[in-house]
Amino acid sequence: MISSTGLFQGRHGKTVDTPELLQFALAGLKNGSIYALVALGFTIVYASTGVLNFAQGEFVMLGGMLSVWAYSTLGLPLPLAGLLGVLLTGLVGVIFELLAIRPRKDGDPLALIIITVGGSMLLSSLARHLFGPTEKALPRFSEGSVNIFGASLERQSLWIFGIAAVAVVLLTFMYSYTRLGKAMRACAIDRNAARLVGIEPRMMVTLSFGLAAILGGLAGLATTPLTQTAFNVGPSFGVKGFAAAILGGLGNPFAAVLGGLTLGLLESMSVAFISSTYKDAISLIILLLVLFVRPQGLFGGSSRQKV
Amino acid sequence: MSDTVLQVEELHAGYGHVEVLRGVSLRVDRGELVTVIGANGAGKSTLLKSIVGMVSPWEGRVVFGDRDISNISPEKAVRSGVALVPEGRLLFGAMSVEENLELGAYASRRGEGAAAMSRVCELFPVLSERRTQSAATLSGGEQQMLAVGRALMSNPRLLLLDEPSLGLAPRVISEIFAALDVLRASGMTILLVEQDARLALKHADRGYVMRTGRVALEGSSTALLANDDVRLIYLGGWNGPNDARADTELGG
Repeated sequence: MISSTGLFQGRHGKTVDTPELLQFALAGLKNGSIYALVALGFTIVYASTGVLNFAQGEFVMLGGMLSVWAYSTLGLPLPLAGLLGVLLTGLVGVIFELLAIRPRKDGDPLALIIITVGGSMLLSSLARHLFGPTEKALPRFSEGSVNIFGASLERQSLWIFGIAAVAVVLLTFMYSYTRLGKAMRACAIDRNAARLVGIEPRMMVTLSFGLAAILGGLAGLATTPLTQTAFNVGPSFGVKGFAAAILGGLGNPFAAVLGGLTLGLLESMSVAFISSTYKDAISLIILLLVLFVRPQGLFGGSSRQKV
Repeated sequence: MSDTVLQVEELHAGYGHVEVLRGVSLRVDRGELVTVIGANGAGKSTLLKSIVGMVSPWEGRVVFGDRDISNISPEKAVRSGVALVPEGRLLFGAMSVEENLELGAYASRRGEGAAAMSRVCELFPVLSERRTQSAATLSGGEQQMLAVGRALMSNPRLLLLDEPSLGLAPRVISEIFAALDVLRASGMTILLVEQDARLALKHADRGYVMRTGRVALEGSSTALLANDDVRLIYLGGWNGPNDARADTELGG
């Protein structure tokens, strides 16, 4: 596709030069980082329960809304408001699990999935009642933008990359080196074996909801300064994160991150080369394609391995 | 404290509507290696699973030390000092040998793990050689050693083993059983479920013979090894399920 003039030729005759392409790539990676955080939430809950949590997008909404509430209503300084917003979102995740998931003792995945769909509606209605129907915004963490090889990148996007990267590093550290993280992995590999060494699977499930909610909340906090938030933004984040998790391969945290970044890039390239009209359709098309052609995802299988 | 570590009284248990244990009673004293032998489907595994709470007993009692643990959960059982090496080992395959052992100490108090780890590695030196390898890449025998090691990491007062010889080569089996002898010599109390009756009785102090959910015979290992019925059915004299003598002689 690279022509002799250094231009990239889109299918519909759109021409894109190199800085512009970089611009699209950066935008794609920025969205992709957010999708990766949401996809990680899906993956963590899936690994511990075998359930797709369709309320995951609402955690993104709550992360933004609760941070705005802490900032505007409580008048906390921005970093503190963000921290409180994310932690409260984590708490909502824990309460959600205790009230909606745990009482269903047989753990039937289909029933639980439907419960999460209901929970998603409940959370967004609650947010509408508590915070109103209008769009909310937060100030950017840093103003202005930086120039990267001719492409301009808002400093807020750097924050998004940074938050996503730190979250992934901390999560990796937790899963690899901490007693709790190892117990959560053990529980995902074999619930019965985990019980035999003294791990409480129900506790791990509750914690995984809390962790997934914190990751969603971080995504919401990081995007709200750029795109605003409202009570009804949850489902679209949910769909993107779900598509990213499926694209990468459910149940594997690294695959979730790669899936998120890939989805973000594919979306923004489709804007560059096709048309922005189809941007949101891309994730659904990818979701269907992956499910038809490669249901285990692009980046390997699941973490549910047995000896 | 009494010298009885485990007392199972008239235990009934099963799956759905199928009763597998139909009133099993047995006793394990401190420092003993007691074995439960019997054919496939006699209820041996179900017995161990009901003791640790992986299967909920319908009726009867399980007493561990002075404590009734009839309705305990597996995660609480290991905390109270009963560790099960399950049938099929149930290792954490994607995790390393070291991580499997560390998780074995999950229920014990912080700081006890290191001492337990060095004891396990002394018992099974191959595990320390394979420390960083994932459990799934171990040979069958090494996996069984890891399963035993993981259970020992919780410093149990009672070790339950479900078919540790299953699917292993004779040389490896004798290694595992040699380790059980070492454990017993060190004072560990062990309840061993085994299909290989001769092997189990050779290493045990006492044995119970289970048949269709009941204890059909019990006695010292030497007595059981000498018993005609046991010799006939479990030590190689049996001609298959249609052997009429076997059915009548041990029929409950």
